[in-house]
Amino acid sequence: MSFLNYCINGLSLGSVYAIIALGYTMVYGIAKMLNFAHGDVIMVAGFVIYTMMNSLGVNPIVAVLISVIVCTALGVTIEKIAYKPLRKATPLAVLITAIGVSYFLQNLALLIFGSDTKMFTSVVKVPQLKLGEIIITGETIVTIIACIIIMVCLTLFIKKTKAGQAMLAVSEDKDAAELMGINVNATISLTFAIGSGLAAIAGALLCSQYTSLTPYTGAMPGIKAFVAAVFGGIGSIPGALIGGLLLGVIENLSKAYISSQMADAIVFSVLIIVLLVKPTGILGKKINEKV
Amino acid sequence: MKKLLSTLLAVSMVATLLVGCGNSGAAESTGTDAATTEAGSASGETFKIGGIGPVTGGAAVYGLAVKNGAQIAIDEINEAGGINGYQIEYNFQDDECDAEKSVNAYNALKDWDMDILMGTVTSGCCVAVTPKTAEDNMFQVTPSGSSVDILSAGNGNVFQVCFTDPNQGIASAQYIGQKKLATKIGIIYDSSDVYSTGIYEKFTAEAPNQGLEIVAAEAFTADNKTDFTTQLQKIKDAGAELVFLPFYYTEATLVLQQASTMGFAPKFFGCDGLDGILSVENFDTSLAEGVILLTPFAADSSDDATVSFVKKYGELTGGETPNQFAADAYDAIYTIKAALESANATPDMEVSAICDAAKAAMTTISVDGLTGQGMTWAETGEVNKAPKAVVITDGAYKSMD
Repeated sequence: MSFLNYCINGLSLGSVYAIIALGYTMVYGIAKMLNFAHGDVIMVAGFVIYTMMNSLGVNPIVAVLISVIVCTALGVTIEKIAYKPLRKATPLAVLITAIGVSYFLQNLALLIFGSDTKMFTSVVKVPQLKLGEIIITGETIVTIIACIIIMVCLTLFIKKTKAGQAMLAVSEDKDAAELMGINVNATISLTFAIGSGLAAIAGALLCSQYTSLTPYTGAMPGIKAFVAAVFGGIGSIPGALIGGLLLGVIENLSKAYISSQMADAIVFSVLIIVLLVKPTGILGKKINEKV
Repeated sequence: MKKLLSTLLAVSMVATLLVGCGNSGAAESTGTDAATTEAGSASGETFKIGGIGPVTGGAAVYGLAVKNGAQIAIDEINEAGGINGYQIEYNFQDDECDAEKSVNAYNALKDWDMDILMGTVTSGCCVAVTPKTAEDNMFQVTPSGSSVDILSAGNGNVFQVCFTDPNQGIASAQYIGQKKLATKIGIIYDSSDVYSTGIYEKFTAEAPNQGLEIVAAEAFTADNKTDFTTQLQKIKDAGAELVFLPFYYTEATLVLQQASTMGFAPKFFGCDGLDGILSVENFDTSLAEGVILLTPFAADSSDDATVSFVKKYGELTGGETPNQFAADAYDAIYTIKAALESANATPDMEVSAICDAAKAAMTTISVDGLTGQGMTWAETGEVNKAPKAVVITDGAYKSMD
């Protein structure tokens, strides 16, 4: 019975990683850049919702929608100011910039909200599911359903719409896509817009699940979600979901059966082993470089 | 690109300047407050007492409490004629609970010609600052820095008003054992934090002597401090009747919430780190109902000293109730006063001479404070007083016995 409970706890944690990883992997898959600021956009979403609900008394659903709009705008702005000028620069420069943006957002939040912990009120109003001894919280149910819906929608969007096809083309070859008449800059901006919008939803669910909110709330889950994305195969949308859930379950089982102190070390060792055996991650595709 | 970068740099420099101004502005204002109260004393002959602690940031609850608690003591002393006839000037600096900023704050206070340091508030910062005070041989009394490393970092110049972490661990085990609160104990502790592991180790060592059985001891780390469901599940499965939480209130709020979701309702017992849990913004205090804290101060005590302190604290802060940290700071100032009076120190003495005189006096004095009657000090800087506990009832701290 406890084993099942540990697995369920793992799934709740994993679902949060998964929903963050979806945004990560989407931006990486298209723009080929690691947006390390993704976790901090999540934190911004948390603060937007917190302020809306607690200071202005806005309905939770409306607050989440507003945070999606704010984060989408934020994502596009960050992309315009920080990443676009570096379109032709080395990937390393972009990576460092992303880390810079991440610190900028954290410190900005520190300046505005201070670093005292705020208790977030869950936006999820779904009751918990009780099966004997096993309890699945409403937040977990909603997060997993949200992950699946987002995954399906993203896949359909990329496969079926013109904009999605443009994204696919840009991800394969920017220059060729441009020659084919695709507006590469607009496509990448759109990718960031969607990625940041997803971050807002992830933020709402992360903060509902683990209700403390500080300017550093997004940092560690962001890194873990990045690991989940790599684990599942970075760039692969279903991979992010599987990677996230697996990571959460492994983390909780190692906490439960090996050592609660070593859980992180074990999670990262698993990652290393997976990457040694299958360098592209669980669902990653190997792309042959043509010379 | 270069242009953009330079603009960004310029903006950030302006921002730092502004932040800097804000800080010094606040410091000046406390300076002038002190200056107005000591207007009577001649030619700036005053004891300059500096304070360091987090007034902003995650541990701000502690820093603000210490700042205000000390202010009350200083106002009282100045009104009553000062220390050895000299008024006190007080300057409190923010360190945001960051070791580096704490050292900067110390340097700023030295530029202000501080004679005595009342600080720092948190252990981590105190361990960083104490080597500096030892180097300068400055008399230091920390109200709430509880790590033993603080004492070993000094040269005998630093004294604690609160218990050391290990002593809190021992005192907790004794308290649980003597009051027969439970026999099967589960522990969650932060293995990446000295405060938490220090208490945990001493608690585990003392527990068997008190007839306590530790059925589960689970750790978490600073990088992994939001999900406690697995730790709680293990402790629940192990059949613990009481869960010992030797860490800070930020994580404790999550532990209490997740335990409640799981339907796990043991007794919860914490140390002084849990003090402040009721002040967390937006926290549902009903979750903390029945939580027991080892803390030397309960604001609902009916003795005259506490009642008067609580009243003054409320007047100063606009209706807030003081916590243990405020009381520790209040006692710290009176401890400094007692030491200086016993040593016949005067402000015209060198900082180092004040320190030598005061530290010799510390082992001879006994202070009746808010946090304990007849507090005495060992040469090492450790305080000796009886442990007390409070229980959270109806969203407020109530004395245990």
